[in-house]
Amino acid sequence: MLDRKIKIEMLKRMMLIRAFEEKAEELFMRNLVHGTMHLSVGEEAVAVGSIFALDREDYITSTHRGHGHMIAKGGDIKKMFAEFLGKDTGYCHGRGGSMHIADFSLNNIGATGIVGAGIPIATGAAFAIKYMRRKEIVLCFFGDGAANEGTFYESLNMASIWNLPIIFMCENNMYAMSSPVSKFIPTPNISDRAKSFSIPGVTVDGMDVIAVYEVTKEAADRARNGGGPTLIEAKTYRYKGHSKSDKNVYRTKEEIEEWKKKDPIVNFIKKLKELGDLDDKTLESIKNDIEKTIEEGVNFALNSKEPSPDTLMWYVYANGDEK
Amino acid sequence: MRVITYKEAIREAIREKMIEDERVFIIGEDIGVYGGAFGVTMGLIDEFGPKRVVDAPMSEASFTGLAIGASILGLRPTVEIMFADFLTFTADQIINQAAKLRFMTGGQVKIPLVVRSPQGSGTGAASQHSQNTEAWFFNIPGLKIVVPSNPYDAKGLLKSSIEDNNPVIFLEHKLLYSLKGEVPEEDYRVPLSKTKIVKEGSDITVVSTSIMVQRAIQASEILEREGISVEVIDPRTIKPMDMEPIIESVKKTHRLLVVYEGCLTGGIGGEIVSRIVESPAFLYLDAPIMRIGGKDIPIPYNRNLEKLSVPQVEDIVKKVREIVSEDWYA
Repeated sequence: MLDRKIKIEMLKRMMLIRAFEEKAEELFMRNLVHGTMHLSVGEEAVAVGSIFALDREDYITSTHRGHGHMIAKGGDIKKMFAEFLGKDTGYCHGRGGSMHIADFSLNNIGATGIVGAGIPIATGAAFAIKYMRRKEIVLCFFGDGAANEGTFYESLNMASIWNLPIIFMCENNMYAMSSPVSKFIPTPNISDRAKSFSIPGVTVDGMDVIAVYEVTKEAADRARNGGGPTLIEAKTYRYKGHSKSDKNVYRTKEEIEEWKKKDPIVNFIKKLKELGDLDDKTLESIKNDIEKTIEEGVNFALNSKEPSPDTLMWYVYANGDEK
Repeated sequence: MRVITYKEAIREAIREKMIEDERVFIIGEDIGVYGGAFGVTMGLIDEFGPKRVVDAPMSEASFTGLAIGASILGLRPTVEIMFADFLTFTADQIINQAAKLRFMTGGQVKIPLVVRSPQGSGTGAASQHSQNTEAWFFNIPGLKIVVPSNPYDAKGLLKSSIEDNNPVIFLEHKLLYSLKGEVPEEDYRVPLSKTKIVKEGSDITVVSTSIMVQRAIQASEILEREGISVEVIDPRTIKPMDMEPIIESVKKTHRLLVVYEGCLTGGIGGEIVSRIVESPAFLYLDAPIMRIGGKDIPIPYNRNLEKLSVPQVEDIVKKVREIVSEDWYA
């Protein structure tokens, strides 16, 4: 059983992700955000449950819906808000925006906006770990949409034949933009596809942070001990639209409300209280801390400078003219 | 000096880099015991084993992506794509991932990746195994593109490409694999983005790449007997391209012909011409600038039609005569 401290930490992190994204949406409404964003509200348990099952040095690859992954990995809220607002103090010096927030120093080695394109890159990181005889593993996030990309099949195949230390984490949030999973995937579970590659495949309740933690931990131990890759499918739900252009015309309000009953944060709070791991006072102080972190982050971003026009050509080539 | 083939020179570059640097590995289809479709990597698996000479499944997009991931963690992969025509499979990984990752993460990462691939026509392999693909990645910032025309450059440029911290597309030419040339036994490099004056001349500048450099040299020898002195220039790296020597040459010769194998429309020649037109060299011109490129068709199978599809020595000779002999101000 997990230590109480860790469980509280997991709750905090989920609440921080939600608070971050709700504030991000508010900034968007206030017209402070230049581009679009893809929110993971409702999916927090997948990011937190799986990343908490890793060691600090383990690698992740993220997606266009990657705020949760970054925060779960320990991302700096200030730098994240600053990137949102396109500021020079942001993670990517304002070059990437919401979709490409990554922190290589935390071994989050990139968030790609091309669906499925991160899967081979994650596989390559696992290849390099094995090549260098190191002990880390890789956790590769992608969605149900990506499970229909060719790179998914090619990468799982290579990871299996070369027995690479990687976990393929499919965040099945039920929709690839407007398309329900059932429309484009004939098997009951995406994890069924693991059979074709002779690797373990498991489906887990992606609204249950502890369940996600446990299956990931098992897969992580296997990968670290030379047991090769695992495909995990975490069934979850995104409450918000695909991006800011989404009018929610492809699903009903009732469906969304039904999923909200399984809310990963609300239910985890309930569970922790039942177990006697959490009281109202502690919860209140967590909320206050998060509020403060968010406020500081937003203020930092608002008060930061825009990137200078002189730096327009920077970062294109390594060893180039930059810096 | 020692004479070896273009193919052997490439193999030597890979081998020497693999001996020198544990982080270097190669990955591609049938590159192990088979030695690759053109035998470039023949024997390397015996020396370095399957860990560093990685036979990959037919998953070009994903083993290219795998190499990107490995390079992020500090390895220095060289990918072989069996025919340059198959680079289409790798397009997303090269264009949207390798070329952009550094930029869109604000300089947090380096991608020291080489993608080697043989391009070009002349082997009767028809439309899907013969295209010159120099221009395909030409308009992608973040990439370097290298097109060696001879054994010496091939070896020196490949070593520099493997040592470079950026994704490099290294396009070999199938017809050049058997070309022999002087290659010293001693270690050397040919720096990227350094244009080379292959042959000095005074009447016209001919800029060409890859196999067209060899054809331009042959054409210049014919023209020399007619009293026409041709300066042959090989940019060697077409992206980022070192324009200065080309500009200086045109200032000297007052005439320019650009010869390239890829389709004329949207090819690299258009860019070279534009840069000359925008440079002070424009004021020195005594004749219109001309281009000869591949015809705007897929490469046909038939031997004669295939030959007619891309510039040949006689085409270059004819075009140079036309540019030089006519009095354009009359």
